[in-house]
Amino acid sequence: MALLKVSNLEVSYGVIRAIKGISFEVNEGEIIALIGANGAGKTTILNTITGLVPAKSGTVEFDGKNITKTAAHKIVRMGMAHVPEGRRIFQNLTVYDNLKLGAFTRDDKKEFKENLERVYASFPRLEERKNQIAGTLSGGEQQMLAIGRGLMSNPKLMLLDEPSMGLSPIFVAEIFEIIQTINKNGTTVLLVEQNAKKSLSISNRAYVLETGKITIADTSENLMNNEAVKKAYLGED
Amino acid sequence: MQVFFNFVMDGLNLGSVYALVALGYSMVYGIAKMLNFAHGDIIMVGGYAIYVMFLQKDLGIAAAVVASVIVCSLLGIIIEFLAYRPLRNASPLSVLITAIGVSYLLQNIALLTFTSELKLISGFIKLPTFYVGPVRIDGVSILIWITTLAIMVALNYFIQNTKTGKAMLAVSEDRGAAQLMGIDVNKTITITFFIGSALAGLASVLYIAKYQKIEPYTGSVFGIKAFSAAVFGGIGSIPGVALGGILIGLIEALAIGYLPDTLRPASDGVAFAILIIMLVLKPSGILGKTKIEKV
Ligand SMILES: Nc1ncnc2c1ncn2[C@@H]1O[C@H](COP(=O)(O)OP(=O)(O)O)[C@@H](O)[C@H]1O
Ligand SMILES: [Mg+2]
Repeated sequence: MALLKVSNLEVSYGVIRAIKGISFEVNEGEIIALIGANGAGKTTILNTITGLVPAKSGTVEFDGKNITKTAAHKIVRMGMAHVPEGRRIFQNLTVYDNLKLGAFTRDDKKEFKENLERVYASFPRLEERKNQIAGTLSGGEQQMLAIGRGLMSNPKLMLLDEPSMGLSPIFVAEIFEIIQTINKNGTTVLLVEQNAKKSLSISNRAYVLETGKITIADTSENLMNNEAVKKAYLGED
Repeated sequence: MQVFFNFVMDGLNLGSVYALVALGYSMVYGIAKMLNFAHGDIIMVGGYAIYVMFLQKDLGIAAAVVASVIVCSLLGIIIEFLAYRPLRNASPLSVLITAIGVSYLLQNIALLTFTSELKLISGFIKLPTFYVGPVRIDGVSILIWITTLAIMVALNYFIQNTKTGKAMLAVSEDRGAAQLMGIDVNKTITITFFIGSALAGLASVLYIAKYQKIEPYTGSVFGIKAFSAAVFGGIGSIPGVALGGILIGLIEALAIGYLPDTLRPASDGVAFAILIIMLVLKPSGILGKTKIEKV
């Protein structure tokens, strides 16, 4: 059974039709990549799934429940973490406070400690800087904090919106490695990226989004050898 | 010299009440991102609650204090729910106009219920007066200082150390990201209004203890001056707001004391003049932080 199922989703901003009827599925245990150029509608899809933007029509089902109209703050409690575009960590709070806010819906103290230890183990830099104001971290560290914060809710599904954006190659490699580790530890991943090459290399399946429509859906392996994809997204000819 | 010290005492009292009111403005401004123009009028309603309980019904000081705090906090929550919540995603200008409307509405309700007549509430809180050298300090002043200081410390603790306080800081910084953490933004804003308005209720108590009078327009002018104090000191920073309140109170008391008779009515304008100068020189206020730019 699909963990996340999006059916005939349409989203508009006023008169702008950003998402024009798309359907896709994410199965438990998978890494699914959603690739597409700037402005294709990737962020809109993630924001609609987590309730930050309302759907005009269509449905979103998560873990067997229809969550199309569920308020954003209730969705993380159901087991979905969204690491938003641009990181959006709380710049004026400490690293530790950010992580604690990630566990806002979790009341179990023991679970909190375990999650915190796991996050610190994956991102030793965050532990070193736990009392530092988050706004003073480097871009790569902020992205690690955003992912760590998402992990603090112990999610079944993690949505990641362009985690490699604006990072140096070393950080990019590290982030993609971490995404694989997160997945190996049992979290399903829906990854939105402009870095198609990297995302296809770590994902099971992928969808290509063009101006609000899914134009290609296939296994990542096939997509890497797809002529159209190569031309448009992999920078080869 | 003695006269000067008495003016300073007066300014510290006035400034402490400003600080308390400014704190209410600042909380709502920082977390709900709106200027609650009606905050001062909530204080006025609290004043009438004291008038009814203490003078009309003769139920004593404790009942009047409790009534003022309860009436103000409920009023704050109701106003937020009925007037501001439906405008959560509207333009800031619509919200501001609505808040001004709520302010007039409360004033008119007070006019209809209590008329425009100035109500004297003499003998509300009586405390002994004593002297430090030539300086006269009345007990009410000490009550005002202790209350204001205690509230500042408690509020700072609450915001920095509790889960709800942290949720408030998160909402204040990024509403969308806060929701992704599972924070209920509406609930957090309701709690903010509750606390801000409860502070208004306490401010009513201190105001009546000091001035012993109330009329329908008491709150609005006082409130706007307190807001100026908040901006002056640095809206968003608790110590900044406290400092702004006390400085505006001091400056106003000295202006009342030393301006020639013909200019004295202008003392109300002092706070606004300072506000304008501050906005030109350092818009973030004395202790206000300049925002960390997003990378
Ligand atoms: N808040 C908004 N208001 C109006 N239009 C928007 C808004 N956000 C995104 N859009 C538009 O919707 C389309 C999809 O944007 P987005 O989902 O951000 O794409 P992507 O994440 O793939 O770059 C773009 O045309 C963009 O201009
Ligand atoms: Mg995007």
